[in-house]
Parts: sequence; structure tokens; C-alpha cells
Amino acid sequence: MKRQAYDGVVITAPVSVPYVRYSQETAHWWIARALKQLLDVAGIAPRELDGFSVSSFTLFPDTPVGLTQHLGLSPRWLDSVPMGGASGVVALRRAARAVQAGDVDVVACVAGDANRIDSFRQLLSSFSRFAMDASYPYGSGGPNASFALIADAYMAEYGVMREDFGRIAVAQRANALNYPDAIMKSPLTLEQYLSARPISEPFGLFDCVMPCAGAEGFLVMREDEAQRRGLAYARIASTIERHNAFPEDPVQLRGGWVMDIDELYEMADCGPDAIDVLETYDDYPVISMMQFEDLGFCAKGEGAQFVRERDLTITGDFPHNTSGGQLSAGQAGAAGGYLGLVEAIRQVTGQAGGTQVDDTKTAMVSGFGMINYDRGLCSSAAIITGAGQ
Amino acid sequence: MTDKLLPPKKKNPQLRQRVPTLPPAMRSRAALGLTAAAARGAFCLQHCDACGSVQYPPRDACSSCLSVDLAWSETAREGKLIAETRIHASPDPYYRERLPWRSGLVQLAAGPTVLCHLHGDVRRGDTVRMDLKLDKAGQGVMIALPVERTPDMADDPQLRSLTADPKHRRVLITDIRSPMTRPLIDGLLAAGAAHIFVGESESWRRGSDHEVIAGLDKVSVMQLDVSDVSSVQRLAAEIGGKTDILINTARFVRPGGVLGADTVFAREEFEINTLGLMRLAQAFGPGMASRTADGVNSAVAFVNLLSVHALSADPQYGAFSASQSAALSISQTLRAEFRSSGLRVINVYAGPTDDEWHQPLPPPKVPPKTLAKTVVTALQEGLEDAYCGDVAKDLEERWRKDAKVLERELTGGGA
Repeated sequence: MKRQAYDGVVITAPVSVPYVRYSQETAHWWIARALKQLLDVAGIAPRELDGFSVSSFTLFPDTPVGLTQHLGLSPRWLDSVPMGGASGVVALRRAARAVQAGDVDVVACVAGDANRIDSFRQLLSSFSRFAMDASYPYGSGGPNASFALIADAYMAEYGVMREDFGRIAVAQRANALNYPDAIMKSPLTLEQYLSARPISEPFGLFDCVMPCAGAEGFLVMREDEAQRRGLAYARIASTIERHNAFPEDPVQLRGGWVMDIDELYEMADCGPDAIDVLETYDDYPVISMMQFEDLGFCAKGEGAQFVRERDLTITGDFPHNTSGGQLSAGQAGAAGGYLGLVEAIRQVTGQAGGTQVDDTKTAMVSGFGMINYDRGLCSSAAIITGAGQ
Repeated sequence: MTDKLLPPKKKNPQLRQRVPTLPPAMRSRAALGLTAAAARGAFCLQHCDACGSVQYPPRDACSSCLSVDLAWSETAREGKLIAETRIHASPDPYYRERLPWRSGLVQLAAGPTVLCHLHGDVRRGDTVRMDLKLDKAGQGVMIALPVERTPDMADDPQLRSLTADPKHRRVLITDIRSPMTRPLIDGLLAAGAAHIFVGESESWRRGSDHEVIAGLDKVSVMQLDVSDVSSVQRLAAEIGGKTDILINTARFVRPGGVLGADTVFAREEFEINTLGLMRLAQAFGPGMASRTADGVNSAVAFVNLLSVHALSADPQYGAFSASQSAALSISQTLRAEFRSSGLRVINVYAGPTDDEWHQPLPPPKVPPKTLAKTVVTALQEGLEDAYCGDVAKDLEERWRKDAKVLERELTGGGA
């Protein structure tokens, strides 16, 4: 059956709460700050909000249900999207359909996480049952070690060099210098990338994100509602989502996007050439490179050649992760799964400020999440369009 | 090839001794199947009873057909190393002080991909042989080993952390009069043990073994009577700080059932076999447990020799079987008490041994040499439960299958 378009539904009010490396504040605090900004922008009182979608790793023992009482909300539509890096697009997909069907008028989508001293270790050791049983006990390198294994196999299979990953990291740092909320504020050279201390070979320090605390959010509503409230908005051209794709692959050299990419372009009625800005999920540069391939920007195995030939900065011929991505802006837990989408809304609505890419009307956002054992299980992507600058 | 492990330098008593830490110990119930297999040196994974597909990581339902009938079965150990990493940063205290640490992905011939520890001699692209071993937390973990054995491969630091190898370690054997003591000394020295202390009770009652054993290089005979608290404490005060492996060979056996037996003999059996173990554990255990992270010759293992009738009584040796059952029970509590230190309690089970107290029994009986060999292998492999000889292996299998059926067979009425 042909999928229904997202006609009449828009995405608006991109909000980022500036990240902090370590913070005593809780996930509740970070989510509250993002939600307050969202509602202030739209002129909605907390009690009036009828839809709420939450992504967070650190709410325990609470769930989004507890948050409604904690934050004084009375929504008629409540969602929890525990999909890490895929959360932003997945939250959007669900909220958009609920708005379209009339189950809800406005959904506030928020992701936020705390980061106290030692909370990262505690999160890693009990991240999932398979991680607890079958990956964490083997050196306890966390996702760095698990993705290093993927990178090692990927480099061997396709003849990729560390320099190729370095190009992605260096370009993102250049972008981040234009994004005032980025955690990383000093320039990065390819030499610095290559000579950084090893974390889990082949990864060095600049292959890895900085865990931090923060929150991101956006609103999903009907187009007339956005117009009535005077909000700049983006339309949703298409979306995809997939979990545990290709379980027979012995090691992850491709993500779930491969299964659904044709549908993504078909629904948006465009091809890769139409994408003005790409925001990938960059927990590691190797994963961004994999997305260049799996999202159709180059053939499988040609990601390295692609980054050698293209300029990935905001003034380049292939603007990518324009706010610096998680590699330079920081990874605030589940908010990392929102960062690209929130930045993409800013880009296509002309609100990106220092990171604004000229004449951006179409952006693609891809998400990737949850290394349950040896691979990321969730993949998602969306194409959104706006009036541009 | 692995670098040969050198003997440790003399310990500097002014430096702080490294405090034991453990690798992550938390596991799901399903994953304990790995631990159970590793404890006896088996390589088992879950196989689906319905469709036969092999599962990993351990789970509760088949990922091919959703059947919940998953049985732990022996699995082919071959695999191919398809990715490797050397970890340089870890938030875990145990690994943090052992970095860098290598791990990799092995695609098993049986199907699944396994994230595992790597022996230093394996590289990406190699065909490897998988092993399942207990780590310091006492949990079953996978390690990829080279297919071809190399002379010093056991010296590899990641492999050695999973075994209780006697090489460069100091061992206490508690009873010089046990017929297995001599072959045990020979086996341990051949395995590279640094020094062997041998306990001797009632030294006025010297047998011919004394002169021979006391004359051996790297062997010292010490006074030890496991039935006497002060004797055990005296020896622990003297050598407790340098006992890396303790092997309890002290044993008192008298044939006979329960109805006609003399309780004086029964008391002696409990005195030596059960309470002796408890006294040794009380005197040596805490010191050993504090030294489990003490470098090359850290304390690693407390070894009990048990009759396999600890599992199910042999009515011809009623009180003796009871003392063995009680000793097994004590060893289980010791495992709990040593858990936080990583000190391993190894139980080596044997059927009737070939000695005067089992003289009228028919073969097969376990020769002392074979038992000694099993003990050395259990240490080198890092097992928790080892079964020596055909009788013990047979009994253990029957016991695991159905303990009640075995009891009925041993107490008469079986075919």
C-alpha cells in the first residue's frame, strides 16, 4: 500500500538547551527547560499542551508518565521513544501521524539527559541485557570498543584510512566553531586528529563524542496552527524507520537505511541531489561515512573516496552536520538523537544563525541508535523541506 | 608468539599491595549457562530444540523460530576473527588497571558472531579456536585462541587472567602422606611452580616419603595437622603470605556403612575431611583473598580433592561420603565468601582411588598419578569443577541427568 503523505502537518520551534559536560541537574530538569522554551515560543501554557513525546536514558525510576505530574501537564497523547540516536525522527513520525489523524493538536517532542560524574559508567554497565552479558565484560570499552570493531572490519573491507574518518571530524569541528552552544570550541586539524591518544583502536580521541548533559526539542502541529501562532515551520516530505536489519550480517558494515532508502526518496519525490543539507547520526565518523553510502550519496564502499572529494563544511559543496554534530557539539544522551533534526529545522526555516547554509530548502536527517550487543539496531531518516532563508 | 612470562621480582613490602578488583559480574540468568559450562571446561551454547539454530548472546527464545526450548549443548569451537580492537580507555576499575586490552568479533562456524577476549597471538583474518573460561568475577567468558598451540601461550596476560596457572606460583600441599602428593609435586614443578610447601602431621611418624620429598629442590616440608587449629594457624602465620595455591590432600577414609560403623571413625572423617577444610580456609583464606591482584604470583586458587560420592552417597563408604558431601557444601559457601576477591575454589572429584582403603573394589580406580595430573590441568585451564577418571565422569553425568535415579542406582535396585 502506498504510504500516505504528511500533508497538513508541520514541524516547528527548534530548541536546544546549551550542553554542560557534567551537571548535578536531573533529566527532569533538562527536559523541563527544553519544554518551557518550546511552550514559550508557541505561546502555549503547560496545562494546555495535549501531546508530549519523551526520549531519555536517565529518567529512572520515572517514565514520561511520572513527568506529566512532575511538570504539571495533562496531555491526551503521551509517547516514550527509547531509541537513542534514532529517537528524533521516530518521535516525529509518530507525532505527525497522531496530529494528522486528529488524536492530538500539538505534540512537544523533547529529548534530554543528565550526566553526573560516573553516571556514564553506570549507564554502560546496564545498557541492555546483551551488553551486560556479552559485550561489557570484555574490556568494558563501552560503545567506543564496540564501534571500533565495526570500524576495524569496515576499514579492512573497503580499504578506508583513518584520514578519511578524520576529514569528517575536522569538517564538523570547523562547523561547530560557528555554533555557539558547541562543547568543543577550539579548531581541530587532521594532524591533531591522527595523533590523538588512542581510545579503542582504530579510534583515537576525536573519533569519540563527549558525553554531556543537555536537551533538545521541537513541536509538531497542523500547518494552520503554526500559521496562527506565527511560527516558521518545515514540512515533512518523507520518513523511514527500521530495527534489527540484516541480522545475518556477521558484522555491521551497513545500516537499516539500505532496506528503506528507495521508499524515502520515492515518498519525497526527489533524489540525493535534491538534499541541500545532510545531518547524519555521528556517534563516530565511520557511522556517518556508512550513512553517506546507505543513504545513496555514494555507492557502498566509496564513502572514503566521497569524503576525499567533497567539502563537508557549511560553505562547502556537501554541508554535513552543520552544528558540529555530536562529535563537536557533544552527546547529551538521547538528545544526540534530536541534535541533527533540530538543526535541520533551523536550516530549512532560515533560523540557523552562524551555521546557516545559504539557500537551504531541503534537508535530510538520519538517526541511528542502540548498540544492544554488537551493532546499532535502530535506523531512521527523514527529509524535511522549508522556505529556506 | 607470546613472550615468556618472567619470574616476579622480590616483593617490596613498603609498597601498597594492589587491592583486588573484579571485571563486571552482573549477568542475566540465561547467561549463567556460559558460566556453568566454563566451570567444567565445556564449550556450550544454546541450540534450539525446534530448528537447531545456535544462539548467542544467551537468550530466552530462538531468534530464528521463536521456540523457547533452548538447550545448552557442546558446540564446535572453530571460528574466524573478523574484527579486532585494542581498548585504551575504560571506565571500569578492573580493566582500567590492565589496559590496553584486546577484544574482537569471531564469526563461529556454528553461526553466531561472538564478541570475545583475544589471545595475543591471534589477528584479524585468523581461524581461531574458541574457549569458554571463568574470569576473575567467576563468570563464563569467551576467548579466541590460536589454533596451533605455542610453547608459552599460557603466559599471555589475557589468557592467564582466566586461569590459575601454577607457573611461578607457590603451592601448599597439605598432606605429605597422601599417595598423590609425590606425583602432584612432580606435576606442579614440571608446570613451572616456584616453590612447594608440603604439610606433614605427626612428624615423629615419618614414612619413607619424608626424606625423598624433603630432599627435592624447591620443596619444603612443614609441620601441619589440619585437625589442629593452632597447627594450621602457626603454618598460616609463617607461609600464608606466600601461598598462591592451596591444594588440600588431607583425607581420612574408612570403609563401612552407617548402621554398623564406629562413630569414632566417622568423627575422624569429619575432623579431617570437613572441618580440616574449614580450618585451612579460615587460616589461609583471608590472606590469599587479599593477594589475588598481587602480580605474577598472585594468589589464585584453593583446591579441594573430593570423592565424587560428595554428589551422591556410596553406601559402602557411608560416613566418608557424608564427610565429602559436607566438604562440598563448605566449598560452595567458600565460593560465595571468596567471590569478591576472585580467589577460585576448585573442586576435583574422583571415583575410588587406587589405595589400601579401596583395595577390595573392582577397577577402574584412579591412580594417584592420574589424579595429580587432573589437578594440574584444572589449575592450568582454570576450571572450577574437574572430574578425574571414568567413574567420576560417569557419575557426574548421571547426577546431572537425574540425581534421584542415580541415588536409587547407588543404593540398590538399579540394573
